[in-house]
Amino acid sequence: MSTTAPTSVSTGKPATPMSRPSALNLSRTTATATRVLRQLRHDPRTIALMILIPCVMLVLLRYVFDGSPLTFDSIGASLLGIFPLITMFLVTSIATLRERTSGTLERLLAMPLGKGDLIAGYALAFGALAIVQSALATGLAVWFLGLDVVGSPWLLLLVALLDALLGTALGLFVSAFAASEYQAVQFMPAVIFPQLLLCGLFTPRPNMHPALEAVSDVLPMSYAVDGMNEVLKHTDMTADFVRDALIVAGCALLVLTLGAATLRRRTA
Amino acid sequence: MMIINARPPDPAGSPDPAQSPAVRAEGLTVVRGTRTVLRGLDFAVPRGQITGLLGPSGCGKSTLMRSTVGTQAKVAGTLEVLGHPAGHAALRSRIGYVTQAPSVYDDLTVRQNLDYFAAILDPGRAAAERRRANVTQAVADVDLTSHADSLAGNLSGGQRSRVSLAVALLGTPELLVLDEPTVGLDPVLRRDLWNLFHAIAAERQATLLISSHVMDEAERCHRLLLMREGEILADDTPDALRDRTGSDTVEAAFLHLVDEAIAAGNRTATGDAAGTGSTSGEHPRKETVR
Repeated sequence: MSTTAPTSVSTGKPATPMSRPSALNLSRTTATATRVLRQLRHDPRTIALMILIPCVMLVLLRYVFDGSPLTFDSIGASLLGIFPLITMFLVTSIATLRERTSGTLERLLAMPLGKGDLIAGYALAFGALAIVQSALATGLAVWFLGLDVVGSPWLLLLVALLDALLGTALGLFVSAFAASEYQAVQFMPAVIFPQLLLCGLFTPRPNMHPALEAVSDVLPMSYAVDGMNEVLKHTDMTADFVRDALIVAGCALLVLTLGAATLRRRTA
Repeated sequence: MMIINARPPDPAGSPDPAQSPAVRAEGLTVVRGTRTVLRGLDFAVPRGQITGLLGPSGCGKSTLMRSTVGTQAKVAGTLEVLGHPAGHAALRSRIGYVTQAPSVYDDLTVRQNLDYFAAILDPGRAAAERRRANVTQAVADVDLTSHADSLAGNLSGGQRSRVSLAVALLGTPELLVLDEPTVGLDPVLRRDLWNLFHAIAAERQATLLISSHVMDEAERCHRLLLMREGEILADDTPDALRDRTGSDTVEAAFLHLVDEAIAAGNRTATGDAAGTGSTSGEHPRKETVR
């Protein structure tokens, strides 16, 4: 029958099961990426917005700075790195929030799916989308809008891809702290705008107040923009470029790991 | 990995893991926030049978199910599922779980939903053929073949919950935990689903733990766990319950047991001091029944 008083000591509390070290499972990762892309395919308007808006903005910028092409070069290159970061941040934070609130996350984590598989799947899907977005924007800027890049456009694309990964990572992380889509969207100004102001887009970072310059030194977007400007000015891959790219990639990995920690198999 | 118990092993208990209950709880206690949702439950769910989990909404049914599948935090006491502590990684492919709200992707078709979850349960290109057969079977089981290519978001509520159920039928789970799977479904479909549940129990020797607050569904279960306010009122077969309480239906038996529990609660609260205090702080809202 039932109901003894709850006196028994919690023997062998199963709260931390011996989960296998979740090494990435390639087929589960690609299945997740395929699923995310299939979801997007049912939403063509979102795809169109994601891909077209950066291009439209670049065209706009080109003619805003019609009289000073040098300014367009610098700001345009920076924006090529900033667009993927912002788009992927928004898309990922909403997508993961929906996954959390719809119960599908709970269902997936009750299945033999590693957290790494889920995150890598998202990163893969949105990374692919970011490549399309960045390729179009970079191509448009370099070949049609006269963006004067000394280095290889491939390097621009590489930085854009790393920025997209960083955006995905940040979006995943903040979605854990958002209880609704409203909150998730509000994290955009909270997380992205300060980096936008301090990344050197508006004024070179050495010209800022020393305190702000110090802050900008620890924000990943600063290195994304620096990296873009390295490509803009130098023919070869400079040591500074390599450092910037590594910092952005490292930040993305770090935040992805933090994001993985917010995916809980057990919730209250 | 078994849990070592403080108490000596039951001499009547069989050591054969195949014969041990599918779910065994001792002193299962769950606290959510400041509320103790489950209060030291002891019960066992036998293998190969349908166990109904019945009780009014808010009595802790869903929490018990979440604890069983390993998604509930702050679970104290012993809870053993298929020979492992609940939530063990080895259990993840052996349990099918359907939450109360349908948890499927609204922006995927029925088949795409199932394709994805099947790929998680049974990954790899070599398994593609088996997965396809599995998915087709699951869609047919829940009678959605004609809607297989519709977006889940465009389906009715009952249809969406059937998609959610189909996901749990993928693979061959040894334990199916279904949280109110028949809510909002029409009588014909409810009958069909219960026939399906019985077929799953009989043909696959699977164990089913099904919650409901509709008492007439209780008659279709092999065993019943009657719950109220975080405690188990009864753990028996429907026939034994009716006999014991001298009632015609499980519903009447349940009400009888609730009245008994309230009466017992009032006795300890008013008279006989030095009570064990096991029901202290427990003041049922519907006290007027008396």
